[in-house]
Amino acid sequence: MSVMMPKPSEAILARRRAIVEALRAIVPGEGVVDAANEMAVFESDGLTAYRQLPLVVVLPETVGQVSAVLKYCHREEIPVVPRGSGTSLSGGALPLEDGVLLVLSKFNRVLEIDIDNRCAVVQPGVTNLGITHAVADRGFYYAPDPSSQIACSIGGNVAENSGGVHCLKYGLTANNVLGIEFVTIEGEVVRLGGKHLDAEGYDLLGLMTGSEGLLGVVTEVTVRILQRPETARAVLIGFPTSEEAGECVAAIIAKGIIPGGMEMMDRPAIRAAEDFVHAGYPTDVEALLIVELDGPAAEVDHLLAEVEAISNTNGAVTCRVSQSEEERAAFWAGRKAAFPAVGRISPDYYCMDGTIPRKELPKVLAGMKAMSEKYGLRVANVFHAGDGNLHPLILYDANNEGELHRAEEFGNDILRLCVEVGGVLTGEHGVGVEKRDLMPEMFGDDDMKHQQRVKCAFDDKHLLNPGKVFPELHRCAELGRMHVHKGQVAFPDLPRF
Amino acid sequence: MSATHRMPNEALTRIIEPQSEDDIRDILAAAVSAEEPLAIEGTGSKRGLGRPVQAARTLSLRKMSGVTLYEPEELVLSARAGTPIAEIEALVAASRQRLEFEPMDYGPLHGLEAGQGTLGGVIACNLSGPRRLKQGAARDHILGVRAVSGRGEIFKSGGRVVKNVTGYDLSKGLTGSYGTLAVMSEITIKVLPKCETETTLVLRGLSDAEAAGAMAASMGSSAEVSGAAHLPAYVASRVVDGELGEAAATLIRIDGFGPSVEARAAHLGKALEKVGKLERLERDASERLWRDVRDAKPFVDGTEKPVWRLSVAPAKGHEIVMSLRMQAAIDAFYDWQGGLVWLRMENGEPEADLLRETIARFGGGHGTLVRAPETARAVSAVFQPQPAPLAALSRRLKEQFDPKGVLNPGRMG
Repeated sequence: MSVMMPKPSEAILARRRAIVEALRAIVPGEGVVDAANEMAVFESDGLTAYRQLPLVVVLPETVGQVSAVLKYCHREEIPVVPRGSGTSLSGGALPLEDGVLLVLSKFNRVLEIDIDNRCAVVQPGVTNLGITHAVADRGFYYAPDPSSQIACSIGGNVAENSGGVHCLKYGLTANNVLGIEFVTIEGEVVRLGGKHLDAEGYDLLGLMTGSEGLLGVVTEVTVRILQRPETARAVLIGFPTSEEAGECVAAIIAKGIIPGGMEMMDRPAIRAAEDFVHAGYPTDVEALLIVELDGPAAEVDHLLAEVEAISNTNGAVTCRVSQSEEERAAFWAGRKAAFPAVGRISPDYYCMDGTIPRKELPKVLAGMKAMSEKYGLRVANVFHAGDGNLHPLILYDANNEGELHRAEEFGNDILRLCVEVGGVLTGEHGVGVEKRDLMPEMFGDDDMKHQQRVKCAFDDKHLLNPGKVFPELHRCAELGRMHVHKGQVAFPDLPRF
Repeated sequence: MSATHRMPNEALTRIIEPQSEDDIRDILAAAVSAEEPLAIEGTGSKRGLGRPVQAARTLSLRKMSGVTLYEPEELVLSARAGTPIAEIEALVAASRQRLEFEPMDYGPLHGLEAGQGTLGGVIACNLSGPRRLKQGAARDHILGVRAVSGRGEIFKSGGRVVKNVTGYDLSKGLTGSYGTLAVMSEITIKVLPKCETETTLVLRGLSDAEAAGAMAASMGSSAEVSGAAHLPAYVASRVVDGELGEAAATLIRIDGFGPSVEARAAHLGKALEKVGKLERLERDASERLWRDVRDAKPFVDGTEKPVWRLSVAPAKGHEIVMSLRMQAAIDAFYDWQGGLVWLRMENGEPEADLLRETIARFGGGHGTLVRAPETARAVSAVFQPQPAPLAALSRRLKEQFDPKGVLNPGRMG
């Protein structure tokens, strides 16, 4: 592990027995897990390179228990790491040796489906896909669809502001959540928003969404649900170069078309996927686009014709429109299996998540090619082309001395390049521990301090998920000091106060 | 504040107009060291929104103007905070794009000329319009921001790409904060293609309750409705220069590509014909109608009669209005499928307590007094009062960003 976590408190470790007993008094029965062998399943999340057993695992069942646990930990100054399904790819739910792991998996009920107001009220442990299942018989669905949607929880989606293939058209989690209930580290239960649009006052809902478990523990979520599109069809377009594929994407958008999904794969990813699932991808192209159009049949037919015409004038060498639901599913099967497919051709792979302005794609791909040679590691690319979110998969073998380290260095270089061309470190996977130390690549000191001041407003003792997101923890008292600018001021003619 | 600062002094520059981000920082740093509060505004077109600010001087961003980046194919635009929103709308329209959140213009409602606001004002007040129902408010379209906090420190957040979860979303945090946390200097937003065409189905003569049912059914259909409003009888005559006539009008907007709009309108129209008499407004006529709904035209009356904007669960809007009608003289119409209720208090009293109590009784939401004489806004809770734990969080956030309270003191409180 190359990331340093905060040094565990000896005092807390020494009090472990008493802490476990106190927590048992709050959450009875099997809700408190302290045996090492039973805690092992919680030692990492989706970023398996990082592992740590927590001090103790608590699985509360009621909001009252969550509140009491947090109140206790606040009083005793014990760190708390919240966890949903543990599918984070950035180590957001990595336990701390001296911290309580607060697992919300027992909050798994759909509380209300309100079709007239087109929303669903659910507990945070309900899976992303579980919401869609709960409303499917009424013809509705929940739009954000991270690839882990079978397993990931909606509470985790709120914490990470999860995206997915369809967020170009339908938005991220932040655009699809109407309200939440959460518990502060002090144990206060707070509700933001609800079934109405636009929560009142400061947009704390906007701050909470994507805050990676550092501001509060979500105990209820109200999401917007949408009518399932009447139809969806996909088109598979092959290009001799990634530049032409990129130009085709720009041309589609310039024409005013916002597809439901627009994905790109490069040659190594195409080959790996095709060998794995036999989706019928052309293997002699450098770049493959999957463009999915959804909506009323009349619209989809109209736009498919437009997209075909655009691709033909942008150098496409193959263009196939799905003629059946099975064929559409086959087009997607390859893309959705891209990660495991790459897993077949390499013992290990490391998934990156930068976002770039789309037009910078050729430059970034060229840069990655050069880095691939420099580090002696292969890279395959899948790309949410519509919104510029890159997922380079760096192939390595952890059994080879130093390869993991080289893969991480390679990944860091890719993210630096993303920031350099006007992009960002993470599009949808979160900062967590993984990209924590790269934050200064994107943010200056004052930028980071203002983010941490939000943290201070919510959790001034830094007890919630410490060691994540911020490379350096400034104490809130220190952040609170005023540093009045003493330099030459503008408007010297103004009366001095 | 020392006594001298409270004394009227013509020598004091009452309006400070920074021309750069560094100017803003220096002005705020000086204000902080003197603990002198400032009113923050663009052109001042929304001065009538929120509570009156207690400050002797105003920091105006009108000279911080200009679009700094516009890449239509990347769907992104950056501009300095004082850039007129009208200038931005015209610029993107030339590339057949638009601001998807359809920001309303409060000017006419406040007796001012239309088209005076700035991008900074739109973001600071988190404005939106009828399309908010489908596509979100300003907060859903902001990508990044540069700003100076009440500590006199420059900071940035977000970026210029849509998919970004790097750090807390301070851009959203500043959206709707009415200039009380930081002074924004430059803002980056998402722009989207303007639809090829639009049409509005108009159902005539429905009661508020019937309209609520028709709007819910339309929104729950696969027609991808981008606007659902209801103008009760007589209110309908106060839009598009009276062309609609007096009968209640329930408006359902469908926009997009030509063949798609036609198919969806025909399909939904067939279902709605069973509900009531159906008319259709095409393109320009439809656009004009929705602009009037967006800007609360039925209450653009040259008076200062209190106007409320209630945000509630869409299906509850008409029940709240029904209850209020029995207790006070009000005039009302609905946007966002009934989830946005515009209310005018006919007797001139805001009746804040009655309103809030009624909203709470019907499942919650919030009410904002968006028009009232300054004296009334000074004594009323213009914004929805918050429960204690939430109020404490909001106060702590304000203290973190503006510890000396120099930014728009009292505007939200």
